[in-house]
Amino acid sequence: MRTGEVWPLNVGQVYTTLQRLERDGLVESGAGDGEGPQKDYWLTVDGRRELGVWLRTPPDADAPPRDELVIKVLVAMRVPGTDVHSVIQAHRRHLVEVMQRYTHIKAEAAENDLGLAIVVDAELFRLDGVVRWLDAADARVSQAGIIPDLPVTDVSDQQTNVLGRR
Amino acid sequence: MSVMLEMLGVSKVYGTGATEVRALMDIDLSVDRGELVAIMGPSGSGKSTLLTIAGSLEDPTGGKVMVDGADLSEMSPNDRAMMRRRSIGYVFQDFNLLAGLTAAENVSLPLELDGVNSGTAIASALEALRSLGLEDRAAHFPDDLSGGERQRVAIARAVVGSRRLLLADEPSGALDSVNGEAVIRLLRDTCRRGMAGVVVTHDAQLAAWADRVVFLRDGRMVDNTMPPPGPESVLSGPGQ
Repeated sequence: MRTGEVWPLNVGQVYTTLQRLERDGLVESGAGDGEGPQKDYWLTVDGRRELGVWLRTPPDADAPPRDELVIKVLVAMRVPGTDVHSVIQAHRRHLVEVMQRYTHIKAEAAENDLGLAIVVDAELFRLDGVVRWLDAADARVSQAGIIPDLPVTDVSDQQTNVLGRR
Repeated sequence: MSVMLEMLGVSKVYGTGATEVRALMDIDLSVDRGELVAIMGPSGSGKSTLLTIAGSLEDPTGGKVMVDGADLSEMSPNDRAMMRRRSIGYVFQDFNLLAGLTAAENVSLPLELDGVNSGTAIASALEALRSLGLEDRAAHFPDDLSGGERQRVAIARAVVGSRRLLLADEPSGALDSVNGEAVIRLLRDTCRRGMAGVVVTHDAQLAAWADRVVFLRDGRMVDNTMPPPGPESVLSGPGQ
């Protein structure tokens, strides 16, 4: 299974899952007649049908995940003395640095490594979406005229005090 | 590694008094040969102004700009014009190709304007087109090319001859993401071969191809990314 080395894959988990699929009649395996420790598995007719259904079933995108970054920006807006723009910029820089690392992987990969390009693109588009959201939040904060009234260096103490009283 | 573009304390103010607009303030930026730097920022952050000043298309109101060690403010208008024609290549969002000229003629034009004889200029143009995989499009007019091909012709025009500084303003803005990636990949490869590049964009996916990303906000440089680690980093790339 190729994941472009972007996601780690637990081999034990792979075999546990294959055994369950075999138990349910969705895959069959060879009787260990191959060379080496690897065992061959193939789809049954039921398995191919089940796979077809799974491939076309949308993952749950309705419920928004609890997003820590959204919460941090909301907190930054609520805590007096916080420079929201510098908080947003810290996250923007970090995200772009992560995107640079992914792009580096794509740039150095063989041009015909389609699987890797698609996996890396998925991460890049996701991160790009977060950067765009930060850009929009930044612009909204500017338009709303939220102005920091304390230097950035004092922010951490201020945050601790304010949050500590809650 | 040598510095190709250096901006020291560069500022740009438009108008005076109540109508004064500070487009750029106190910009320090240094770009080495072989390096591609992206300038990111929202509309109105000053990123296009920074590019036109780096390319000597506009003068700063403060600070100085050095291209390949030469202080632009100390050069005569003629010398600056020659520097622009010979050393600096520009790539724009809307390609800016001349519709009445073939791809090869568009690419050879800046050399011919600079007094290079036609045969030599066309030979250099064909070489630049070949390096971008466009040799079989040399005789085509821009209207007969796809958007991605037009931008590759524009890149060929920007790198033809002995250009050393490549400046690009939203170079993939008019293209879909796959063609846009092909364009930025070419810009990056071109820089790896020894040019210094600056690309201005609001697109993080494009900026992520750069060795370094500089963030502008309200005319000021507020932040930058660190160069990505690894032996393939441009710092130890081939030819450096």
